Amino acid sequence: MLAAVADFSPWQQLAQHCLDGLAVGALIALVALGYTMVYGIIGLINFAHGDVFMLGALLAWTMLERFGLSGGSSGVATAAGLVAILLAAPLFCAALNVAIDRLVYRPLRDAPPLAPLVSAIGVSFILMNIGQFWAGEADRNVPAPFASHNLLGENAAVQIRSVDALLFAVVVPLMILLTLLVQRTRLGRAMRATSQNRLAAQLMGVNVERVIAATFGLGGALAGVAAFISVLYNPTVNFQMGYQNGLYAFTAAVLGGIGNIPGAVLGGLVIGLVRSLGTGYVGERWTSAIVFAILILILVFRPAGLLGRATKEKV
Amino acid sequence: MNRRNAESRGDVANCKLPIAKSQFAFRNLRFEIRRIANPRQSNVAPPGLRCFLGDDPRGLAPPATECRPSGATLRRIRCILVVLLVGLCAGCGKPDPNTIKIVSSLPRTGSARQQSGTLVNGIRMALDESDEDAEQPGWQVAGFDIEYRDMDDATAIAGTWTSERETANAIQASQDPDVMAYIGTFNSGAAKVAMPILNRAGLLMISPANTAVELTNPEFADPRELAGLRPSGKINFCRVVPGDDQQALFAAEWTKELGFQRVVVLDDNEVYGKGIATLYAENCERLGIEVAYRDSIDVKSQEFRSLMTRIRRYEPELIYFGGTTQSKGGQLAKDMVEAGLTCKMMVPDGCYEEAFIESAGARLNDRVYVTFGGLPPSEQTGAGLEFVERYRQVHGVEPDVYSVYGYEAASAVLEAIRRAGKKDRAAILDACLGIKDFSRGALGTWSFDENGDITNSQISGNAIRDGKFVFVKKRAAAE
Repeated sequence: MLAAVADFSPWQQLAQHCLDGLAVGALIALVALGYTMVYGIIGLINFAHGDVFMLGALLAWTMLERFGLSGGSSGVATAAGLVAILLAAPLFCAALNVAIDRLVYRPLRDAPPLAPLVSAIGVSFILMNIGQFWAGEADRNVPAPFASHNLLGENAAVQIRSVDALLFAVVVPLMILLTLLVQRTRLGRAMRATSQNRLAAQLMGVNVERVIAATFGLGGALAGVAAFISVLYNPTVNFQMGYQNGLYAFTAAVLGGIGNIPGAVLGGLVIGLVRSLGTGYVGERWTSAIVFAILILILVFRPAGLLGRATKEKV
Repeated sequence: MNRRNAESRGDVANCKLPIAKSQFAFRNLRFEIRRIANPRQSNVAPPGLRCFLGDDPRGLAPPATECRPSGATLRRIRCILVVLLVGLCAGCGKPDPNTIKIVSSLPRTGSARQQSGTLVNGIRMALDESDEDAEQPGWQVAGFDIEYRDMDDATAIAGTWTSERETANAIQASQDPDVMAYIGTFNSGAAKVAMPILNRAGLLMISPANTAVELTNPEFADPRELAGLRPSGKINFCRVVPGDDQQALFAAEWTKELGFQRVVVLDDNEVYGKGIATLYAENCERLGIEVAYRDSIDVKSQEFRSLMTRIRRYEPELIYFGGTTQSKGGQLAKDMVEAGLTCKMMVPDGCYEEAFIESAGARLNDRVYVTFGGLPPSEQTGAGLEFVERYRQVHGVEPDVYSVYGYEAASAVLEAIRRAGKKDRAAILDACLGIKDFSRGALGTWSFDENGDITNSQISGNAIRDGKFVFVKKRAAAE
């Protein structure tokens, strides 16, 4: 147990709030990427995405319990277990997301936009019920696979736990990789082409369905990574965690400009910071109100979001 | 204006008299037959049918100017629906003068399922033990056949009680003439929803778990709000658990006894949680304990790290959370430890369940105190101990802390039915509220006071050690 923290100055408090906010924001951003990529490519708000994240978290929880990883396990076993989960959770979420697209959204590809939207809400409920079946109704505690230390020293006022460091160590490179993938690779170019004009891309020989499936897979994989890290960061799972996280992630995507990848990241970080600072200096009960008030303000003055470009109607 | 009045009068006459109604239908039928037999003359429909159809579907009749299709037609459809509905209701619910129904409305799905399950076990045990004729199926008490219905006020998606379900349960119970007692609710917020509905119906409502003070006690309640809960002006709500004023006072005194000087008080912004946290904060200030920070949490939030970071600034020795496991009690305790706070936490009986420990894991050991308006099964003596042993025999498991209150509530209802001796809501309600020195249950001897509160208030303090609740101290004095 930590010794009493003797001194916690206002500046240290501010720093701690910013750190908490960035960590939560990075997780929101990872989920938000899934929303924004799918929207960018087929113009669908995939409401089931938050619940894909939730099922990923349940998988990570189940695996952590099965492996029996705890602070006492040897370093190698722990590392192997963690890597196994870090591979399994994204694979699972990617497969799930692709399957949902194949079974539910693809038959509705040319239907009016409301049909897939309502189906997405339906899928969200189905996944939530699966989650409830899986983990029950109550909050479940996730065993900590390793003891978390404060990297700044046991008695330092500001806390950066090993989990926080792991979070940034995974999330930041992942975002850089994603940007490179979209900007530099063949698949990325096909994705951008499909998002600009699906028919034209098809005429140019792009296999549009495969690109859409890849986008769903990529979004799912990011949600899977987010789920795993989130389970380490906040060791609680329940079947409703996808709803709340999904709501914030969707808000982040809209805030940053939906369809815009750097925008989703920026939106996630802004929401994380606003939540943390709002709790710190205004009051916990007002936090959600502040987040959505800021969203409304930004959308009033920049309807396309922070980084979104206003689309002109083509005549 | 005049014409509309006349029209509606005509309508009412049509609807009230089934004979007129059937004549109307018959006239239409006759017209149909005539039309089929002689198509040439069919262009004049009787006025009733024309109104009903709005316009002649065949386009043969001149436009119906003398009737207003919208108003008249809608009223007519409504009349038919009402007649059908009344017929249905009369067909299904035939009151049996010898049957008394007792219902309970508790969260039977969601994470409070375990607690509500033991409550229902307690209720069933009381019914089994009062059964006067074991030969006959069902329960017989005071010459009446007793039926019991276990209603759910929670939904799977919400994971907790919802006001829609509670409202539906209360309306259903109040409209069934056989229902004589409503055992519930579990959550004080749900009680506030059900109380006015049941009060209007003059139906006895007895709670085995609601502890919010403003449900009964005018000393703590806003008089207008209390009047809103009792629209008929009569009391119909009573409970067999002590109110939160007792528990909050006990918690504050315990805090002082443990030597804590500075506390932070949080709540979940619900009726029960906010109520008990406010009372606790008031009692602390009266006892000279500093309340450094007071806030409500957003129960939809997944984590409270930032809140704990903020609380670190106040350097509290104890965090008090007024709320339940369902409103994130476990998550708060977890984040308190994870954020590096070294203080302890105290929670009320809403967190006194295994799910609370499960949701936060081993980190709660020696960090959390739990108060409870009653005694844990291990501390029961006399009738309470006998109940624990019988429960163990019947169900094969240890009773949960709430079981005894389900048993006590049902016992009080059955006692009221015995005393009233007739199937009459008002008589049973009066008999129940008039219970004095009742000792047939498991809580010892008690009465209802003028507000419907139980006079015998046992309160216990518990701690979490080795992943289990451990009894620490009690205050059993009746006040």
